[in-house]
Amino acid sequence: MTVHQLSIFIENRSGTLIKVLEALKAANIQIIASTIADTAEYGIYRLICSEPMRACEELKKANVAVALSDVFALAIDDKPGRAADAVKTFSEAGISIAYMYSFLLRGKGILIFRTDDNEKAVKVIADNQLQSINEADLSELA
Amino acid sequence: MDTNSNRQEHLTPRPTREGQGGGSAFFNPEFETLSRTEIEALQLERLKETVAHCYTNDFYRKKFDEAGITPDDIKTLADVRKLPFTTKQDLRETYPFGMACVPIRDCVRLHSSSGTTGNPTVILHTKKDLDEWANQVARNLWMVGLRPDDVFQNSSGYGMFTGGLGFQYGAEKLGMLTVPAAAGNSLRQIKFIKDFGTTAIHAIPSYVTRLYEVMQQEGVDPRRDTKLKVLAIGAEPHSEEQRKRIEEMMGVKAYNSFGMSEMCGPGVGFECPEQNGMHFWEDYYIVEIVNPETLEPVPDGEIGELVLTTLCREAMPLLRYRTRDLTRVLGRTCPCGRNHVRIDRMRGRSDDMIVLRGVNIFPIQIEKILMKFPEVGTNYLITLITEDNNDQMIVEVEVNEATDDFAKLQALEKEIRHQLGDEILLKPIVKLVAKGSLPVSEGKAVRVVDKRKVFE
Repeated sequence: MTVHQLSIFIENRSGTLIKVLEALKAANIQIIASTIADTAEYGIYRLICSEPMRACEELKKANVAVALSDVFALAIDDKPGRAADAVKTFSEAGISIAYMYSFLLRGKGILIFRTDDNEKAVKVIADNQLQSINEADLSELA
Repeated sequence: MDTNSNRQEHLTPRPTREGQGGGSAFFNPEFETLSRTEIEALQLERLKETVAHCYTNDFYRKKFDEAGITPDDIKTLADVRKLPFTTKQDLRETYPFGMACVPIRDCVRLHSSSGTTGNPTVILHTKKDLDEWANQVARNLWMVGLRPDDVFQNSSGYGMFTGGLGFQYGAEKLGMLTVPAAAGNSLRQIKFIKDFGTTAIHAIPSYVTRLYEVMQQEGVDPRRDTKLKVLAIGAEPHSEEQRKRIEEMMGVKAYNSFGMSEMCGPGVGFECPEQNGMHFWEDYYIVEIVNPETLEPVPDGEIGELVLTTLCREAMPLLRYRTRDLTRVLGRTCPCGRNHVRIDRMRGRSDDMIVLRGVNIFPIQIEKILMKFPEVGTNYLITLITEDNNDQMIVEVEVNEATDDFAKLQALEKEIRHQLGDEILLKPIVKLVAKGSLPVSEGKAVRVVDKRKVFE
């Protein structure tokens, strides 16, 4: 129901992002989706990629501060209003979404997000028959 | 000068007050105006007494034994070089009272510095030590023209920081109305200056600059609206240029002060109106400048490490104390009539101690705190900057463990800042940086970058 996401500490300084990307390139890791959240001084670079465990190891070897976290991935129809419908189910269940980003994959909209209550989120997904995807699905879609 | 009379007599100051003593330029004329020969004769006599006094203490006796000397080996002033050096490490290892040369019940005051890697250091004072300390400060303030009619505002930190009580007692001994304003609260400081008719202020140089800024904001012109005539500045490295800027701002002379808690505090050295080096009081100290590597004396004019031997301390005399401050001898005579050695402003340190806003900080203190946080690495960089005339410390540290949670990063930054603040008594700016982004030099890491506007 969840997928692995890499969270990388980066500074707001030129050269820090390329170091991460070069390390992934050298390890032949494919980036499926990524986003940077930043403050004035530093940011967190979050990414979904092929072989997240190996990617994490490779980045650590390249002296990059990286953490693995579990995030939800929902597949929704590529139609207006579907994201609103999905998020509404969580908000009605009293679940907060810490952050969210999305991308298109083979005609499906993929929502990646973290919640403040994963257990409850799992139940909401099941009860509402939302289409969550796992890592195998992602690789297949990619 | 009768160098054979007893010590107590030597040390009793005879202040010559204006109106009473004919307006002498000297607070202790009998000591301040000694010739070089007389100074050296007095030093030898006091050195012998001090060494004999130290020999009653187990720590010193052991050191003497190891060096293969006894007090009888001190026959000339040059024999001071036979004595073993004393270091801050010795003070730590004998913490708290191992270097006391009198029973603790005879001590009336204790000053302590913060601990670094281990124990803090403790300096004990007897009643007489405090009086001698006050006398040195009073002598300094008298030297730059302050008299009992003056109003002295001490805008320096109090508590364990010796700049507070040191100047307080000294200014009172001189007979001035003394305002223990302490540091901070600039608006109140300015109100005191105006309401009390303050004529002299002691503060660290960066605080004087801060006061001036607030005066400007408040529309107060120090030349027009205050009675200020003298500033005493010290406890923080500053350049000649910075001093001139302060004098220009405030419209008064600013005199450089040297002190260190190991010797007592402020009072050890002070500039005379010539402003050509600080007179170090040689009736109180033997001043040596040595090469910090070879520990051999360097010729006058050459930079080396300042080494001080106390000559009048009862509770905790210190023999050949390595101050780690780098400076040089400028001369041994002066048009002001004092032949006490003139020492240049401090040029840096022979160790890695940082002096920031009057507070002494060792990088190891920072390191010790950072090591408590597994989220950050052991590689860090301290940068000292001057921002809006305020000296600041930036501590950059590499993030070791990433997180998906911004709140955790912010909390980490805050907690590091808080714990560093508790340790070094100043709150630095903490910056989290990416792993591997800080410079690592071969061997000893470069940990401190000083970008303060201090040295020309």
